[in-house]
Formats: sequence, C-alpha cells, structure tokens
Amino acid sequence: MRNFFRILTGIAAAAVLSLAATTGAAADPLMINGAGATFPYPLYSKWFYEYSNANPGVRFNYQSIGSGGGIKQITAGTVDFGASDAPMKEKEMAKLPGPILHLPMAMGAVVVVYNLDKVESGLKLTPDLLAGIFLGKITRWNDPRIAERNKTVALPNADIVVAHRSDGSGTTDIFTNYLAAVNTEWRAKVGQGKAVNWPLGIGGKGNEGVSGVVKQTPGAIGYVELAYARQNKMSVAALRNKEGHFVEPTLEATSAAAAAAAKTMPDDYRVSIVDAPGKDSYPIAGLTWLLVYKDQRDEAKGKALVQFLKWAIHDGQKMEAALDYAPLPKSVVEKMDKTLRRINYKGKSLY
Amino acid sequence: MAARSGKISKDLAFEKASAFFASVVLFLAALLFAVLLRESLPALRKFGASFIVSGTWNPVLERFGALPFIYGTLVSSCLALLIAVPLSVGAAIFINEFAPPWLKAPVSLLAELLAAIPSVIYGLWGIFVLVPILRDVFMKPVTRYLGWIPLFKGPVYGPSMLAAGVLLAIMIIPFILSVTREVLATVPQRQKEAVLSLGGTRWEMLRIVIGQHCLPGIFGATVLGLGRALGETMAVTMVIGNRPEIFSSVFQQGYSMAAVIANEFAEADGLQLSSLILIGLLLMLVTLAVNLGAKGMLSKMVARAARGI
Amino acid sequence: MTGTITFRRKAADRVMKWVFYLCALLVVLPLFLIFFDLVIKGAKELRWSLLVDLPRPVGEPGGGIANGILGTIVITLLTMTWSVPVAVMSGIYLAEYGRGKFASAVRFAVDTLTGVPSIIMGIFAYILLVLPMKRFSAWAGAAALSMIFIPVVVRTTEDMLRTVPMMVREAALALGIAQWKTTLRITVRTAWPGILTGILLAMSRIIGETAPLLFTALGNQFWQSHLDQPMAAVPLQVFTYAISPYEDWHDKAWAGALVLITMVLLINIAARVLTREKR
Repeated sequence: MRNFFRILTGIAAAAVLSLAATTGAAADPLMINGAGATFPYPLYSKWFYEYSNANPGVRFNYQSIGSGGGIKQITAGTVDFGASDAPMKEKEMAKLPGPILHLPMAMGAVVVVYNLDKVESGLKLTPDLLAGIFLGKITRWNDPRIAERNKTVALPNADIVVAHRSDGSGTTDIFTNYLAAVNTEWRAKVGQGKAVNWPLGIGGKGNEGVSGVVKQTPGAIGYVELAYARQNKMSVAALRNKEGHFVEPTLEATSAAAAAAAKTMPDDYRVSIVDAPGKDSYPIAGLTWLLVYKDQRDEAKGKALVQFLKWAIHDGQKMEAALDYAPLPKSVVEKMDKTLRRINYKGKSLY
Repeated sequence: MAARSGKISKDLAFEKASAFFASVVLFLAALLFAVLLRESLPALRKFGASFIVSGTWNPVLERFGALPFIYGTLVSSCLALLIAVPLSVGAAIFINEFAPPWLKAPVSLLAELLAAIPSVIYGLWGIFVLVPILRDVFMKPVTRYLGWIPLFKGPVYGPSMLAAGVLLAIMIIPFILSVTREVLATVPQRQKEAVLSLGGTRWEMLRIVIGQHCLPGIFGATVLGLGRALGETMAVTMVIGNRPEIFSSVFQQGYSMAAVIANEFAEADGLQLSSLILIGLLLMLVTLAVNLGAKGMLSKMVARAARGI
Repeated sequence: MTGTITFRRKAADRVMKWVFYLCALLVVLPLFLIFFDLVIKGAKELRWSLLVDLPRPVGEPGGGIANGILGTIVITLLTMTWSVPVAVMSGIYLAEYGRGKFASAVRFAVDTLTGVPSIIMGIFAYILLVLPMKRFSAWAGAAALSMIFIPVVVRTTEDMLRTVPMMVREAALALGIAQWKTTLRITVRTAWPGILTGILLAMSRIIGETAPLLFTALGNQFWQSHLDQPMAAVPLQVFTYAISPYEDWHDKAWAGALVLITMVLLINIAARVLTREKR
C-alpha cells in the first residue's frame, strides 16, 4: 500500500516536471515581459489585465522590481520593456545597445504625511520648513517657524521623527529633486538621487515601510506616493508652490502641474515637473515612463507592443483617475502618437 | 579473491561518488566567492581596506564604507543567538523530557511550519505587532529608569536593534528547536538510565548526557540559526530602522549588511553596486570568522565536558 | 552532610525543570501568536477563488494566486531534484569518509554558505544564468534556491549521521555487509528521521523565500509552466501584495502566507507517512 503511494508520488512529480520541461511552444499566446517601477504597478496591472482580456493572443507580464531594476533589465535585454519613475541619465543611456524611447504614461504625486494626534490634514509647509525638518535643523513640532505658518493649529511640544526610504526609489528621486530645487542647503549637503545620505531619520522599506513607520510613530513625518496616503487615510501636508499658494495633493493639482509642464515638454519626454509653475500646481509631481527600444528585435513582439502603447495613451488614460493617477494632457498624447510611429522593426514602422 | 575485490571496488566507487558530490558543493562555494570578488573589484580598488572602517554611505557623492553595517549585523545576530539558543535548547529539553508525549508531534510540526513563513510576513508582524509591544511594554519603561546606562539610552521610537534581535530570534528558534530535539532524541535510552540508576537527578543526567553526546549537534543547530540571522534581509529591514550609524544603545536604530544589500541592490549601479557586493563578500567572511570562533568555543566546551565526567 | 547535598541537588533539579518549562513557554508564545495572527488575517481572503484564479488588478473582486501555487511547486521540485542527492551524498561523505583537508574545506565552504543572504544567491544566479540567457526563468530561480537548500541539508545530514553510534556500523560490518551497503541501508536508515527533518526544514525555508526569486524567476501574472520563462511563485506575490497600499491586497498577502504553510504542512505529513518505518 505504501509502495503504491510512493509510486504515485513519483509519477505525480514526474508529470509536473515534464509538463514544465517543454520550452515555449508556438501555440501559446505571445508573452511580453516587462519590469520596473513599483509606483505605476496598480495602474499597469489594470491595463495589462483589461488589454489581455480584449486581446487574447498576447499577454503582458509586468513585475515591479523598482525603477532602477527596470532600467538595468532593459539595458541587459532580459525584458522586452522597462518602466521607471526617473528618466535615464546620460551615463545610463550610453550603455544601451540601441536608442531608447521614454514614453510617459501617467503622473503621480509624492505627498508629505505626518502623524499628529490633534492635527488634521492640511498642515502648511514651505520649502524651507520641509528642508529644515529633513535636514534635522527643525526638531520639534511647536518650533516657532512652523507655528508661524500655521497659526490656527495647536502644535504639540514633541519630537519630529523623520521617516524616509531605505531602498533606492524613484519616489525618493522626485522628493529629493524637489528639495534640491527649492533649498540651496539641501542641494549642497544632500543632493538628489534614488538613494541619498539622509542626515537623520528612520529608514522604511518601500512606500509601505514609510507609511508604516509614520502610522506607528506619533510625531513622525515622511513622504509617500499619493495612493498610500489615501488608502491609509493619513494626514497630508499642504505645500507652497512656485506661485506662493499652499496646495494639497489632489489629482487636479497634479494635472495642473502636468499641464504647465506640457507647454515645455521636450521631444524625448525626459523632464522633471517638480515645482511646476501655475497657481494650482502641486509642487512634488512626477511622470512615470515606459522604456521601449526604438529599433525592435522581434517583429511580432514589437508590433504587439506598439498596439498596446497606442491603446494605453488613449483608452488606458481613462482608467487612471480611479487609481489616483493623473492622466496625460491632450497635447502630450498627440505628441506621443507621432513618437510611437518611430518604433520600427528593421526600418519599417510598427505603428 | 574475485568476490572480495568486487566488494572493495564497489565501496571505493561509493566513496568516490560521495566525494564527487562534496566537491560539487565546494566548487559552488568557490564559484560564488569568485563571482562576488569580480563584481566587488571596483569598490575594492577605490576604497581598499578603509571600506571596513569607514562610516560614510553616500550614494550621491559615491563614498561608501561598511562599518555601521558590520556593527549592526554582529550586534543583531548576537542578540538573536543570545535569546534564541538558550530558549530553544531549554524548550527542546522540556518537550523531549518533561512534556506529555502527545505534545511532541504538534510542536515539532509548528516549528517546521513557521520556518516556511516568508520573511516579509515576519517583517509585517514585526512592524505592526512586535515593535509597538516591545516599545511600550519594555523599551519605554526601561529607558525611563535605566536610561543613564548607554545600552538603554533613548529616545525610543520603536524600530531598533533590539527589535531586530528579538525578531531574528523568533525566526531562528524553529530551526534550532527542531534540530536540537532531533539530536536529543538520538541519545540512547541506556545512557540516560545508567546515570539515573546511579542516583543522579534528572537535571544532572541531562547535563551529563548533553555534554557528552549532544553538544556538536546543538552547535550545528546554532550555526544554522546564526546563518539565517546573519543573512536575513526582509524582516530585519522592516524593524531595524535602517539608519547607517553606530549607537551604543540597543534601543536605537541600526542597519545590517544583508538589509542594505536588499534595500539598495535593485536601484544600484556602478560603484554603489560594487560596494554592495563587496559587503556581501565581507558577510561571507564574517560568517566564516564567527563560525571559526564558535568552533573554537565548542571544542573547549566538549573538552571540559569530557573532563567533567 | 549527605542530607544537605541531596537537598541542594533536588532543589537544583526542580529549579531547572521550571527553567525548561519557562523556556518552552517563551518559545511557544510568540510562535503561537504569529501563527494565530496569520490564520486570522489570512482567513479573511482565503476563499476558493484565491486558489484557482489568476491575479486580478486592484478593485476587481476575486483574483487569486493559482499560478503562484503551481510555480512554487514546480520551482521547489526542480530545486530538490538535484539538491537532495547532492546534499545528502555530501553529508554522507563528510560523516563517513571525511577526515582530511578536503573534507575540512568542504565543511568550511558549507558553513560559510549558510550565512550568505538569500539575495546574494539571487544575484549569483542572475549573473550566471539570467544575463547570459537574456531571460528570467524558473531554472535560474531553482539555481538560486539550491544554493540555500544544499548547505543546510549537508550540515544536518552530517550531524545526524554522526549521532549514529559506531557500534551500529561495526556490527553490520562484522556481519559481512559491505561498507557502502552499511552506510546506505543501515547508518542512513537509522539517522533517517533526522535527515528527513533537515530536508523538510530546508524545503520549508526555500518555499518561503522571496529575495532569490526576484531577479531570477521574476514572477508572472499568467499561467506559465515552461522552465525557461519567468514563473510566478507565491512568496513573490505575497511580497507584491504586502508592500502595496491596498487593504484587500494586504489581506491577500496574509492569505498567501497561509497557503504556503498549508503546502508545507501537507508535504510534511506526506513525507512522514511515506517514509515511516514499521517498528
């Protein structure tokens, strides 16, 4: 009896393995692999799900391993497309085997969240206040400099506990980009990057880690993507923008920042939209891009990719607001339609 | 004559076959070392030995040093072992020797199941359950009354070296417990009875029998537990605070070698990537050093136990 | 005088018994806490759809980790196919024949490998397999996992074989049984419960590993059973769900972890039943 079960187990194991051992057969749907930023993951997972349902012959497999991971993998050629919240630097682009296109898909906001018992959302923070807190120069909540801007708020006499990202991330890149743009001391002391040498604070892994630390620690302040702040119902700060208005991070404010940036959008779309002009603009907004080679190596995959991208910049945009992303301005979409025609296989456009 | 040499060549074949497999393991370890060395050369060339003693970790300026991480790894792992080994051995003895027999199977099963929980889940449990409890029930009171001792200095926010040590201990207990129980179970009943019949108490019997028979096995279990503690990434990074600085207080934040690699690897490039891999290489060496030290301690303990008889 | 000594020894005995009891309590308490937390949180999303559906985007009801379950089974089986023989044979070598410098070197190597973070094993497999092949694959994932599995099992196998008294081997040899047969049929069989524990512990460990799979198997949203393509795995899905902002995805993460330990439970029971010796 026992031997029977042993044989059965052996057969089952062999079956599972032999099922798997066959390499990709021709009858399977076309599988296109991509990897990169975690920020747009909820959006992309919705897009690929809807698109695959409507187009059963092709499957897009997207895994969120981080913006840097997306850049590294598309450079190494292990995936068919990449995704990043930070545009590639010149140094990185020099390593590419061929020209690459940065295609913006959506915009998001990086918000400042805090955990203060009696203080609701909307605490007003200027660029210098924010930089001062993250530099460790302003250490208590009832510091006169904060109180001065928030006269109607009862600020407690408590330590400010700074929380930041411990892992490299596009979110940090956007946040430090902003601080470096608006505060000379930050630019000199810390600078901008996906990972920086933080003067102080607790490091949380991922947006989840930072929101976790802030939620758990009274008196904490941190920065996370808008979706995390909204899902966790956290208090967010109102930041002063370029025009001097204090703006809370809403989709409208993010779209306003994008519209302002659209006027000066370069042809390769590699632009930062922090501290954007416009009185309604939220100052810490950023684009997220898909990275696609201009010259595709595989005709079938390339064609499928271009068809998807066409869908994404038109139909896909309609799904963004529900997931806390701001859609691309119309002028940018029109520009991208033209850019998509440049994607080709052996010279022939795949559009 | 022919039959005898047939037997001998089969024995030889078996020995050679097993030796071959052992050499595969050696080869893999050497290959790993070689690959890590190659990838960490840029950092080695730029920083040299100062990498081990430098406390700067600045990706923007591209200046890297591993000291805070080495410190954090050693402290958190030591803490974990200090907590886990005595508790696991004590619990194993209790379950094997004193507990009702129906308890043995469920507990060992529980231990094996817990070894399968992904570290990210341990990390989540750590942030949301362990850290708040530890902070409010233990760290805050202790720092209020004993905060003048550098080891217990505040301010206390929650994520800390202590939290990492405790969480690691909880993660490695299933390993050490299971293996120790297996080792204890291999003690021949006759040996136990012999000591008892000579008038020894239960405790004396256990002490003698463990000293004679089980120390190497328990040591092996400890090595495995230490291995997991040294290399644990996800769970540690969620509760240690990820602050690349050295504090004397265990209530303060810290950082570990495995955690910084896990945190920054995905986004790192160039010199930063090379530095991270160099840290990985150093971790291999730290493991080696700690194992050697522990082996030395073990042989002393075995010798002392043998003399004590 | 004998009276006092006996009292002291008896007192020590009683005290130590309570010490062991306390240890057991302190050990079992957090383990139970985590286990129950896991069960309670995981039960929320544990429904049939979790086990048979493919992942769905946020906001869509249902959705599951079925492809991850298959992927975990495939990758784990693949890993163990070569890792178990390599590790057990190496353990046998070290315990039965390992006396010289070569054996010491192997032990050195094994002990060092146990301390290497799992993410480094992932990086190792990434450099050696993913980059040259220019693709993520289940092969690479299994390669990374075997680097974690093998050292653990070599260690436990050697330790367990060493607990078998020399007498057992000598008796068998005296009866005329060949050395290799003695080792396999008698010594290994005697130590088998311990060796199996080691194998099951190592298997439990790799079933729950996330970091080594991140840059090797990568993960997949769809059904994918070919070994040379990215493959889904439950720990990867648990990780993605756990670090997301959505409450229901968090619940799915816990449910996924619950699925993992259930898998381990089933394999444990099966393994013990299949290899139990009739006394």
